[in-house]
Amino acid sequence: MFSASDLKKGLKIEIDGAPWVITEFEFCKPGKGTALYRCRMKNMITGIGMEKTYRPTDKIDEANVEEVELDYSYFDGHQYIFSDPVTFEETAVNAETLGDKAYFLLENSTCTFLLYNGQPIDITLPTFIEKEIVETEPGARGNTATNVLKPAKLDNGFEIQVPLFINRGDIVKIDTRTGAYAERVSKAQG
Amino acid sequence: MTSVNLQNLARRSVFLRAVRDFFYRHGFIEVETPVKIPAPAPEEYIESVRAEGDFLRTSPELAMKELVCAGAGKIFQIGSAFRAGEHGRRHREEFTILEYYAVGWNYRELAVFTAKMIASALAAAGRVPLIYRGEVLDPDWVEYITVDEAYRRYAGVSAFDADADGTFDELMVTRIEPRLGRHGLEFLIDYPASRASLARLSAADPRVAERWELYAAGMELGNAFGELTDPAEQRRRFEAALKLRAEQGMHPYPEPTSFLEALERGMPAVSGCALGVDRLVMLLCDAADIGEVRV
Repeated sequence: MFSASDLKKGLKIEIDGAPWVITEFEFCKPGKGTALYRCRMKNMITGIGMEKTYRPTDKIDEANVEEVELDYSYFDGHQYIFSDPVTFEETAVNAETLGDKAYFLLENSTCTFLLYNGQPIDITLPTFIEKEIVETEPGARGNTATNVLKPAKLDNGFEIQVPLFINRGDIVKIDTRTGAYAERVSKAQG
Repeated sequence: MTSVNLQNLARRSVFLRAVRDFFYRHGFIEVETPVKIPAPAPEEYIESVRAEGDFLRTSPELAMKELVCAGAGKIFQIGSAFRAGEHGRRHREEFTILEYYAVGWNYRELAVFTAKMIASALAAAGRVPLIYRGEVLDPDWVEYITVDEAYRRYAGVSAFDADADGTFDELMVTRIEPRLGRHGLEFLIDYPASRASLARLSAADPRVAERWELYAAGMELGNAFGELTDPAEQRRRFEAALKLRAEQGMHPYPEPTSFLEALERGMPAVSGCALGVDRLVMLLCDAADIGEVRV
C-alpha cells in the first residue's frame, strides 16, 4: 500500500485490478489548500493513458509487477515455452501475448518478462536478432540504396522489408521492436 | 546542493534590490522577526517543521501583525519560511517569503500596490516584457477575477458549491489555476467565507472574505488579506483549525497566545500580503523549477 506522498514517476500502482505506471507526476498545493498529487499514468497492459489526482489521505495499491529473465526453449505446437535459466521452471506463453514477436524468437535467447500477478503482460526480446532470408527477388547488383525496399521471407515464413541488394541466403540483422531490417550480416555462400 | 546557477542568483539579487527600493520609496520599513517560534499560525493545511519543541515559521504573519498592533504602520520583511513536506517544481520545504503590511489600506489598494511593485522590480531587473516558458507576459497587464466567476467560467460550477462538495482544491489545481495570469498579473479575489483564513469577511457580501491570491502564467505568487482584527472571531477560527488538525491526526499546534493578546489590545484596519520570492524570480529567469533560482 502506498500513500499519496509516495507517488513518483515510474511507480507501478494497481487501480481496479489493472497495473498502471506513473509517467508524469506533479506535487500541487494551493498555498492555503490541501496538497494534491497529479499523476499521468499508462495502463501497462493496454497502453491507454489517463490523468488522476490524489489527495494526501488517499491510499494506493501497489501493482504486483516484476521483471524476470527467461530463456526461450521451444514451441510445443500450441504455446511458446520459456524456461528459467536457474530453476529450469517452465513458463508457457500463448501466441496472442507474443504477437509478431514470435517470429523473432531464437532458441536459447534471453527475454525479459514483465509479470503482473505472475502472468506475463509484456515480453522484451533481444533488440537485434540475425535471420537468414529464404525467399526474395534476386538482388539488384550494385544497388546499395537502403531506402528502396522489397519483401523478403524468413525461414519461418514471416515477411520483412529489405533493401534491393539483399539476396536469398543472406543473413540479416532485424530490430525485434519494430520488425525492421537493420543491416546485412553476411552474404549468401556461393 | 546539486548545482548553482550563478546567473540566476545575480538576477535574483538585482530583483530583490529593486523590491527593497520600491518598499523604501513607499515609506515601508524593513523588519526581521524570529524564524524559530513557539507557535505557528493554526492553519488547516500548512505543516510546520518542528525545531526542538519550537517550530520554524511557516510565514512571519503573526509576528508582523504583533508589530502592527504595537503601532508599526508600513512594514515589510524578506526571509525564509518553512513548510514541511512540500516538494515539487514550485515548492521547497524552505523558501523565501516577502511579506508586508500597510495600515489603513484595504485589500484592493494592496493589490494595486503589489502589481506596481512587481512590475517595477521586474523592469529594474531588465525583463519587460517577460517571456516565461515561451509565453509573453506583460507585468503591467493587470486583471481581476472573483473566485466565484473563475469557477463558473473555467469549471462550470459555483465556487460555493465546489467548496461545499469538497472539490474546491482539486478544481483549483486542475481547472482554475492553469487559466490565470496568461497575459500578465491576475488577482483571484473574494474567496468563499469558509476559506477566509485570517481575512475579514466582506462588509458588502459576507459570503466572501477580503482575500486575494495573485497569479502569473498559471503560477500562484502570493496571498493577501484585508486582515481580520476581531479577536473573538480570530480565536474561533484558530480553534476550528486546531480541531480539524486534531481530527486529521496532524501535529498539534499550541495556541499563539502572544498574537491573540496583541489582537485583544487592538489591531488597526490593515491589509497584508505574502509573496513567494522564488516564484517571482522563476518568472524573471524563465525557470521551470524552483531549484534553478535558489541555493
